[in-house]
Formats: sequence, structure tokens, C-alpha cells
Amino acid sequence: MTEVLVLVDHENGTVRKPTLELLTLARRLGDPVAVHLGPGADIAAPVLAEHGATRVLAADAPEFADYHLVPKVDALQAAFDAVGPAAVLVPSSGEGKEIAARLALRTGSGLVTDAVDIAPGDDGPVTTQSAFAAAYSTTSRVTRGVPVVTVKPNSATPEAAPAAGTVEELAVTFGPLATGTAVVSRAPRESTGRPELAEAAIVVSGGRGVGSAESFSVIEDLADALGAAVGASRAAVDAGWYPHAHQVGQTGKTVSPQLYLAAGISGAIQHRAGMQTSKTIVAVNKDAEAPIFELVDYGVVGDLFAVVPALTEEIKARKG
Amino acid sequence: MSLRIVVCVKYVPDATGDRSFAEDLTTDRDAVDGLLSELDEYAVEQALQIAEATEGAEVTVLTAGPEDAADALRKALSMGADKAVHVEDDDLHGTDVLGTSLVLAKAVEHIGYDLVVCGMASTDGGMGVLPALLAERLRVPQVTLLSEVSVADGKVTGRRDGDAATERLQASLPAVVSVTDQSGEARYPSFKGIMAAKKKPVENLDLEDLDIEAEQVGLAGAATAVLSATERPARTAGEIVHDEGEGGKLLAAFLAGRKFV
Ligand SMILES: Cc1cc2nc3c(=O)[nH]c(=O)nc-3n(C[C@H](O)[C@H](O)[C@H](O)COP(=O)(O)OP(=O)(O)OC[C@H]3O[C@@H](n4cnc5c(N)ncnc54)[C@H](O)[C@@H]3O)c2cc1C
Repeated sequence: MTEVLVLVDHENGTVRKPTLELLTLARRLGDPVAVHLGPGADIAAPVLAEHGATRVLAADAPEFADYHLVPKVDALQAAFDAVGPAAVLVPSSGEGKEIAARLALRTGSGLVTDAVDIAPGDDGPVTTQSAFAAAYSTTSRVTRGVPVVTVKPNSATPEAAPAAGTVEELAVTFGPLATGTAVVSRAPRESTGRPELAEAAIVVSGGRGVGSAESFSVIEDLADALGAAVGASRAAVDAGWYPHAHQVGQTGKTVSPQLYLAAGISGAIQHRAGMQTSKTIVAVNKDAEAPIFELVDYGVVGDLFAVVPALTEEIKARKG
Repeated sequence: MSLRIVVCVKYVPDATGDRSFAEDLTTDRDAVDGLLSELDEYAVEQALQIAEATEGAEVTVLTAGPEDAADALRKALSMGADKAVHVEDDDLHGTDVLGTSLVLAKAVEHIGYDLVVCGMASTDGGMGVLPALLAERLRVPQVTLLSEVSVADGKVTGRRDGDAATERLQASLPAVVSVTDQSGEARYPSFKGIMAAKKKPVENLDLEDLDIEAEQVGLAGAATAVLSATERPARTAGEIVHDEGEGGKLLAAFLAGRKFV
């Protein structure tokens, strides 16, 4: 049977949602085989099985935490050699892309990054990507080796498809490059209690128009009323008003939620690159000429400090 | 101590122009003016700062690209880099990231290096994997996507702000690093810098100089093929209202209509 490797993104066994999306996409191409590196395979396995993993190849070793990235490449390559997959799917994070790239080089395979869709084709899987700040949509195919594809969050809806999910030990021999970069210290990002930006169904973002770190509470209050994640433009991040982890755009996160609400954001091309594939876009901006209005389904020209709190109140009132 | 730094830079179409694809589905380089990728300016800046803090350091900027890519090198030289290397060959047209990493790795070895500095991603292809591929090919550590970087005692140290955690990473030289746009504003070339750049040496290399066969690069050597490129339909203009006290309520009604509330 054709098997497809899926690299699991997790924190101590808690599987992140994009991995479940990858399992769902992988089932279009063959039987998903999950590769779980680091601790918590026993916690992850039932979730992976529930979403279609026929096998879970698990490896844990101190190298995964003590050294950066390359130990994972060695392990994924070991899984690749053991399974002989038809394709390899990896979550499109900074780390995921770098792991995928090194695996592709080692295995003489073609690499596709940031796919938003993947479908079987006569000559192997066909991937869909966005190009030029999402002004274009392209389709591609790998022409050499085994397709190694990184897939963006929110590219599919995870489907339950119970499978065996048998946990098997993956034997890994670390190569000489594995210990090249030491992880001197690691501080996990603190949870905000709000949905993850890249995975959220609704994102509320603030820009330079918000004016200060304190005023971001206006954005947060609206986000909480909607159950949304909070985003920010680079101008707001550079000013130190909101953490970089929340930046939306070319050098931040790409989001594609059901609803994107931009307040005090002008809509520069680099910002659009990160949000223009959102399903519904609304904006509040005091400048009627702001380019963000070219993208919106609904726009309010006005002061965000009047409009956004009023919106938050109205939403709360409607919810009762 | 001497320190040989090579900065890899890319000449890209201006992101604020109407970028598009040529007939062979490669990036159309004629449609829009080109420039030094803004994200590589951060790499040049960090390389210069490291060089300024190290005695006997030399910064070489390297690009693989068409004739016009010399503009990108010139900009980096005017910011303060010491010399430049330009790999140019007609057979490079359509090279994918794996092929590009081969060309740059060979060129880096040709130049001689202790530290390779890259930007976090190009502003056109935007894959962000070239630094990792370079490290794999050169068989040296990768210390990438850094928002902070320093070099001391033969080691490079940096901060990587990942999705799940912030990490401090360290590796012995030689190594490949990449820096993000959080690493610090890039300097503007001074008038003096622009004048000085005109006299700085630029070495031109082709594939033969690097012992690379034409089949290993270009469209034919690529391990991926673009099948189609379609312009996304412009979003249909939505309704715009001016707030006269009711803006919040109107927006709430719109959102309720779309079942978000
Ligand atoms: C290589 C590169 C990468 C980049 N990457 C990113 C990226 O990832 N993400 C990103 O966002 N940017 C990015 N940028 C920066 C981008 O070009 C813009 O500078 C940035 O997006 C502007 O942020 P802004 O819209 O918040 O600020 P501005 O452009 O200054 O817009 C502020 C808006 O707020 C409005 N406003 C002000 N006060 C109010 C008020 N009281 N009520 C309502 N509206 C108000 C104004 O009318 C204005 O439209 C990048 C740039 C480069 C060169």
C-alpha cells in the first residue's frame, strides 16, 4: 500500500491542529504514517490514529531538545528510508520548511513550500500555492524523487478517519551534522488563552492607528467578544506595542481565516501578503483612501476608538 | 583574528510593482524594476556590524542572477561591504532553490568563508529555505531565522523566535546564519559609501568556473515544475460606510448577517 509520511508538530505530545489537517490531506494520496519526534508519542498516538494515521513512527532522544533542527532531519530521513513513502508532508513553519528542504536535498527530491492544497494527479501530487503576495495562485508538481511538501495551516478541515495508529519505534542514527548547533536555552511562548493566530477562524488585527501598547486592549476586547485571535501590523510590532509572534504579513504569519478585521491598518502590500486570502475582510480606518478598503467586504471610515468599542458592545449585547 | 564573511543576496522584482509570471512560468523580470531584496539588507547590515566588531574582518557580497543583479551588489557595496562576486550564466534561468543552493555553495567555497549570512527569505519566491540548504551542502551548522546575532571566540550565537518558543542557539564557525527583519534596521548608503562602491572589486563567475554542469541547474535541472499561474480575481468591492455614530452598529449588523455574531 502507498504510504505518505506526515511530520507531527506537537508540544510534549499535544498535537497542533495543522498536523491533523496534514493527515486529512495525506489520505488523498495514500495511508498516512505519522512521524513523532521527542516526548509524548503515547499522548499523541490516539489523536493521530483518530485522524487517519495507520502507523506512528516514534523516536525520542536528548538530541532533539539539545541540538537545533538537524537531529529531526536525521530522524525524518530514517523514517523516509524505512517507509519508502509516496510523499512527505510537513507543517509550513519556519522549522518545518527548513527540515523539509534538507530532507529533499538528501533524498534527491523536489521541494514545494507553503502549499495551500494538494491533490493526486497522473504524474504525482499537484500542489497549489500563492505567489506574489497572494496576487497569483500557482499549481506545481515535483518532477524528481519523492515530493516533499510543506503545507500551510488552515489548508484543510481535519476529518476524523479512525485508523490503527500503531506506535512503532523508529531507529535513528544521528549524523555528524546533528550536534552542530546547540540549543543553549529555550523559553516556550506563553499561551495568551486566545486561539492560535495561524489557526484561528477569526482574526482581529490592529496597526499603527491603535497608537500605543495600552490601546491594544481595544483590539483585544473585540477579539474576545468574537472568540478571535489578535494580529498586528509590522508598524505596531516595530513600535513595541504588540509581540512579533502576532505579526501578520510577509515577515509574520500568513492567515486565511473566515473573517479578518483590520483596525488602523493601511493595507500595505507586505501586510496584504499575509491576509488577502481571508474569506471575509472588514476594516475600520479613518482614511477613506486607505488601500485596505480595496480588499474589504465591508468597511467603516471612521475613528477606530469610536467604532471598535461600539462594535464590541453591540456584539456583547447581541450575544445577550 | 580574521573573519571572512560572505553575504548571499538576491536581486528581486520590486514588491510594490505589479509582479507577474513570464510565458515559461518563471518570474517575469522585465515587468517590474529590480532591486536588492529588502530582507537581504538586514543580512548586509548584520554582516557589517559583526565585521565592525571584529579585527581583520572582510565582507564579500555574493549573488547569482542576471546581469542587472549587479545593482544589488552595488547597493550592498555602497552600504559598506568590501567586495562582490556575481555568478551569471544564461543556463541559470529557471533554476529552483535546490539548484541555487548548489551554485551559491560552490561560490561560497570558491570565495573562502568563516561565516555565511543570509536574509530570512527572498521577497519574491519567499521560500526561506536557502540558508538551511547551504548549511546542508557546506556541511556546517545552520543558525537561522535570528532576530539577534553576535560572533565571539570563534562562535556564533543568536536568538530565534520560533512559533512555539524563543531559543538561544550557538555554533562554532564556520557556520551559515540567516537574520530576520527584527534584527535591526539596515543603514542607508552614505554619499561617501556610494562613491567608494564604484571602485570596489566585483568578480564575475560562470558555471564553468564553479565546475557546475548546465543540466544541474536551470529549468531542466529543476526538481519541480510550475504547471499553471493564475491571477487571483480582484476582490469585489464591498460596501463602505462613513461612521456618523452608527459605524459600530452597522458593522455588527454586517457581521451578524454573515453569521459571525
Ligand atoms: C521587506 C518588508 C517586509 C514587511 N513585512 C510586513 C509584515 O509582515 N506585516 C506588515 O504588516 N507589514 C510589513 N511590512 C511593512 C509594511 O510595508 C507597512 O509599513 C506596514 O504594514 C504598515 O503598518 P500599518 O498599516 O499599521 O501602518 P500605516 O501604514 O502607518 O497605517 C496606519 C493606518 O491607520 C489609520 N489610522 C490612524 N489612526 C486611526 C484611528 N484613530 N482610527 C482609524 N484609523 C486610523 C491611518 O489612516 C492609516 O491608514 C514590511 C515591509 C517590508 C519592506
